[in-house]
Amino acid sequence: MSEPIVLKYKVTDGEFQHVGEASSSVKKELRALGVSPDALRRISVAMYEGEVNMVIHANGGTITVEITPQQVKMILDDVGPGIPDLEKAMQAGWSTAPDEIRNLGFGAGMGLPNMKANTDTMEIDTRVGEGTRITMTVNL
Amino acid sequence: MTQRDVAKLLNARFLEASEDYDREAVNFCGADMMSEALAFSHENTTLLTGLCNQQVIRTAEMLDVHAIIFVRGKQPTPEMLEMAKEKDIVVMSTCETMYNACGKIYHATHKGE
Repeated sequence: MSEPIVLKYKVTDGEFQHVGEASSSVKKELRALGVSPDALRRISVAMYEGEVNMVIHANGGTITVEITPQQVKMILDDVGPGIPDLEKAMQAGWSTAPDEIRNLGFGAGMGLPNMKANTDTMEIDTRVGEGTRITMTVNL
Repeated sequence: MTQRDVAKLLNARFLEASEDYDREAVNFCGADMMSEALAFSHENTTLLTGLCNQQVIRTAEMLDVHAIIFVRGKQPTPEMLEMAKEKDIVVMSTCETMYNACGKIYHATHKGE
């Protein structure tokens, strides 16, 4: 059994225009590994939504991607404010994003539900005032 | 319908990005919110949007969008076009509103239904 390929990215807070660079890099790596277009699209969308959320809500964080022939696992860690009401956050259309983020085309309250829809498993471990870890897997 | 046909229909101008104008336009999605494009678009999509920032190109990249049509005369920056070219995305701009652009495409693609 070969060791998983592990990729690590730091998502920095700051200029919103750079959001997505980590997701773009992962997409490139996975395409080179021959991942199918359907899985590639699902992984890219889920990770990009997560990356956007990190910048909007948590001042950035880190993303670890573990790749095996069977599965891609994405672990998104931040030390942001945490999600006080996870049930509400999982409802489509519910958002706490400020207006300036909506003007940039995000914050429609679709992020978390869309991440769940595009992955085979998603777990959220969140603590108010400490941070959030989201672990998502997509089977290959 | 190719991207060339779409441009003609909308009186749109191709901007300097991918030049694969004969690529077939299969599905269409009109959205100013990228959150919604990410949640509702299918594969092989041509994206119509009035939003004009770098995240439109990034979103298109993640969704494997074939072409972006900027409505209401929006003009992307050279940086956005460079990124689109790198990702092999066709880019055009039309002065049509979102409503009219979508209406014209819908009419052209649903003839006889």
